[in-house]
Amino acid sequence: MSTVKEGYKYAETHEWVKVEGDIALIGISDYAQHELGDVVYVDFPEEGDEITKGEEFGAVESTKAASDLIAPVSGTVVAINGSLDDAPELINEDPYANWMIKVQLTDASELDDLMDADAYKAFCGE
Amino acid sequence: MNQYIPHTEEDIRQMLDKIGMKSLDELYSDVPSDFLYQGEYDLPDAKSEEEIRRYFKEMASRTTPLVPFVGQGWYDHYTPSVIAAIASRSEFFTAYTPYQPEISQGTLRYIFEYQSMICELTGMEVSNASMYDGPTAAAEASRLAITSARKKDTMLISSTLLPQVKKVVKTYARYAGTVVVEIAEKDGQTSLEALREALAAHAVAGVIVPTTNKYGIIEDHSGFADAIHEAKALLIEYCDPSTLAVLKSPAENGADVAVGDGQSLGIPLSFGGPSLGFMACSKEHMRKLPGRIVGATVDKEGRRCFVLTLQAREQHIRRDKATSNICSNESLMALWVTIYLSIMGTEGLKEVNEKSFAGAHYLYDSLLATGKFTKLYDKPFLKEFAVRAAQGVDIPKLQKKLVDNGLFAAQPIGDGIVTFCVTEKRTRAEIDKLIQIIREEA
Amino acid sequence: MKYYDKLIFDLSKEGRKGYSLPDEHLFERRMSDEVPSSLLRTTKPRLPQVSEVDVVRHYTNLSQMNFGVDTGFYPLGSCTMKYNPKINEEVAAMPAFQNIHPLQPAESLQGIYAIYEDMEKMLAAITGMKYFTLNPCAGAHGELTGLMIMRSYHQSRGDFARTRVIVPDSAHGTNPASAAVCGLDVVVVKSNANGLVDVEDLKPLLGPDIAGIMMTNPNTLGLFEHEIKEIAALVHEAGGLLYYDGANMNPLMGVVRPGDMGFDIMHLNLHKTFSTPHGGGGPGSGPVGVAAFLKDCLPYPHVERADDKLTAEEGTAHSAGMISGHMGNFGIILRACAYILSLGKQHIGEVGRIATLNANYIKESLRDVFKLPIPSVCKHEFVFDGLINDGAREGKEGATTLDVAKRLLDFGFHAPTIYFPLLFHQALMIEPTETESKETLDAFIDVMHVIAAEAADDPDILHAAPRNTPIGRPDDTLAAKHPVINYRDLLAEA
Repeated sequence: MSTVKEGYKYAETHEWVKVEGDIALIGISDYAQHELGDVVYVDFPEEGDEITKGEEFGAVESTKAASDLIAPVSGTVVAINGSLDDAPELINEDPYANWMIKVQLTDASELDDLMDADAYKAFCGE
Repeated sequence: MNQYIPHTEEDIRQMLDKIGMKSLDELYSDVPSDFLYQGEYDLPDAKSEEEIRRYFKEMASRTTPLVPFVGQGWYDHYTPSVIAAIASRSEFFTAYTPYQPEISQGTLRYIFEYQSMICELTGMEVSNASMYDGPTAAAEASRLAITSARKKDTMLISSTLLPQVKKVVKTYARYAGTVVVEIAEKDGQTSLEALREALAAHAVAGVIVPTTNKYGIIEDHSGFADAIHEAKALLIEYCDPSTLAVLKSPAENGADVAVGDGQSLGIPLSFGGPSLGFMACSKEHMRKLPGRIVGATVDKEGRRCFVLTLQAREQHIRRDKATSNICSNESLMALWVTIYLSIMGTEGLKEVNEKSFAGAHYLYDSLLATGKFTKLYDKPFLKEFAVRAAQGVDIPKLQKKLVDNGLFAAQPIGDGIVTFCVTEKRTRAEIDKLIQIIREEA
Repeated sequence: MKYYDKLIFDLSKEGRKGYSLPDEHLFERRMSDEVPSSLLRTTKPRLPQVSEVDVVRHYTNLSQMNFGVDTGFYPLGSCTMKYNPKINEEVAAMPAFQNIHPLQPAESLQGIYAIYEDMEKMLAAITGMKYFTLNPCAGAHGELTGLMIMRSYHQSRGDFARTRVIVPDSAHGTNPASAAVCGLDVVVVKSNANGLVDVEDLKPLLGPDIAGIMMTNPNTLGLFEHEIKEIAALVHEAGGLLYYDGANMNPLMGVVRPGDMGFDIMHLNLHKTFSTPHGGGGPGSGPVGVAAFLKDCLPYPHVERADDKLTAEEGTAHSAGMISGHMGNFGIILRACAYILSLGKQHIGEVGRIATLNANYIKESLRDVFKLPIPSVCKHEFVFDGLINDGAREGKEGATTLDVAKRLLDFGFHAPTIYFPLLFHQALMIEPTETESKETLDAFIDVMHVIAAEAADDPDILHAAPRNTPIGRPDDTLAAKHPVINYRDLLAEA
């Protein structure tokens, strides 16, 4: 069984968002890393790129699959987690501690469209 | 039954019994009956092996192999006999793509060796496992440049590229919505000034230039990489890999991507195919590279082994987001090239170039001395060169005369310009015969 | 097979050589005297320095770690791994065909052009298409060429709005990838519960923006799309064209012609249906056939006949363009031509029927131990969805499709295609081809039963497979995470 962490918001495409002030951290859920298998590479956007809710901003690759990363919120990329370049397996080890990008939110109300932990748990259980 | 189908009537009956059917046609009960072809297919009568031989001998008798003094992308270099001996081992040529690494280490290892050798020749860090041919490799490189650049839609290609390269690049570009602009040439080589102007005028993702061009001229690319990189575009060099043992490598020219046709590395002319296209790049673009890539790893017991890797780029995983639609490589031709380069080594390849150079320059000087051809450009060339036909020289008539004598030379490329090529395979006698016919008949 | 760990670079010794070149000391010219040094290479490529014996032994050793059709049975779904007749190799190696420069004058190439002409006619007769181009170098290349023809056709009529193409969810991955390379957006049509294109789902997708639909029939589940007539009518009515992915043509050889089903464009894989060798991943050949109204859209050069003379002609204004360096993989075309001549009109009808018989025979013989999600009659291939009893129990993971595939290697068979199509989680796709005898199929069936029994008994036997191969399962994750893709990288690692 995959774990769902409280205090995070979730998208149907299995990305999570954690808000710290007006900055949103974005990663993928435990369910998503489990489905993918061993992550070998994360294709990041560049710092300064604009990402738009519902559109792809990168991709995460395992040996046998690749999945687009879909932006759960809109904003400007202010940081990427470079440690995943050398150690992409961190995503498998702890998907919630290892964020992928930090985004300066354009519209905080977009967060309301995302699921909370309970709703996401129910969504994955379907 | 056809001889390649082993079933006896008894086999068929037993098998139909097993699946609960009465006839072979019942296997098609799910096909609407009006689709089932009625009557006899409009094909020739089935032929025995001896009759098949006869058919091809007949076709061969209507085909005349000529001694080639023409290159234009296909070069008649020597093929060591060991290549066919090895590549005709059926463990190699009847194998499938190496999806099951445990029983495909032979294929995977030679592809790894091939990639390593292409990296050595081009000076680049990463090579794929090969593609269809040089022109399609150039088209794929253009796609790589466009996807890497994001939001830029223009490719610059030099007017001095071989015509088939330009045409295929333009075909692929037309459907992808990529704009292709030709960079003008000056004195027989890509003009740096024209390149600078084009870079300033367009949103350029990449630039394709030849290291040896359609006139056979060895291009001088000093200043190219700087100008192109300043415009945040990629430099793609199209090269004849055989020449890279002696000529400046794409890496030394500052290229981001090197492509070309592997035919000159021991692959027979074979009417233009099969050959292979090679593609190599810097590590930075590794994950944008189309086609298969083989990498080293270990098995559970720590033994060194090889697998297809970085597969997340490919069509079977990424579908419409893949770097290309290419599935196969030209694996068996990669084996040809690998064995060729193993046998020749750097020294052998240098010798091939020196001998081709010497023969080509002997022919060049001799042709000018006949007065039938005049100098076109005063630029260095290696094995291929262009000259202008002198007034009164009828090229079609001359070519006909040469064909009658078993020679293929003086290939027209427009504007009264013809090209010649000499490889290490051409003997002094053959060259002298060509010169004599031209002196007397042109 | 035995494990052999050398790379050709490992055998290199400074000063050793394996080549010989003629030494006619007649031309006293050197590059270094005449070519400016700024154009010459300064670094030296590190190619191996080896003898001919080194080369022969090394590659012979490598070949012995390889499995091929000549080694044994390949039940590889969607790959049509049939036997590669030896006469094909003989004719392809004839000097008259090997030593030909492609630009030679037409009068010296009449025999080669005649082979192109004959091949076109024979492929047209087999498929019900009108014209063919033999220029594409592989199946995927054929797909791309076919889509280029499709777009050229619409554009030639001034219709530039058709920028989307419909692809079934069960399609080969190349279909959407080829569409993307051709600048088309992919619209996916769903399969229904029977594994066939859902006609009701298709209807609302059709419109003035649709260039056409790509289908393979039988589809990747080995099922015949029997509603194809209605699909063709709907797509044509909406102004679109039908593209036939010939990857699955083998069961229809000599039985059904794609042209008669309403398809306008198709490709064939000569390395599948027409017995040419796979070569460890190529060279292949992917001829594209079209209906009569698309002739002007064919790529060039194309062989044309004027009176008694054959020439290779440039295209007209509506041509899809030039798609490869010259006229495709001639060496492969020769082999396929020999194969069709051996079949002739007398035997062409045996290919599809026996291939289909073989597939159904395996399917019915193994459904007692493998899950069969779609039980209806199949064509050349079918899909199992894993073992009925995978041996999973308290403290033990069950045997997966991957495990079954790897265990097969221990018994001297190639693995089937696995985890495709994506519609089933444990997909195991089997295609036997007509060149496999009942004895071979029975041996395979027996082994599959043995493997199923092993799994039920102790799935760890399968988890540990393969054991009888030169290497065990490689670490794919390591390879992808830390790519080591040439010899210099390998040395740096060591």
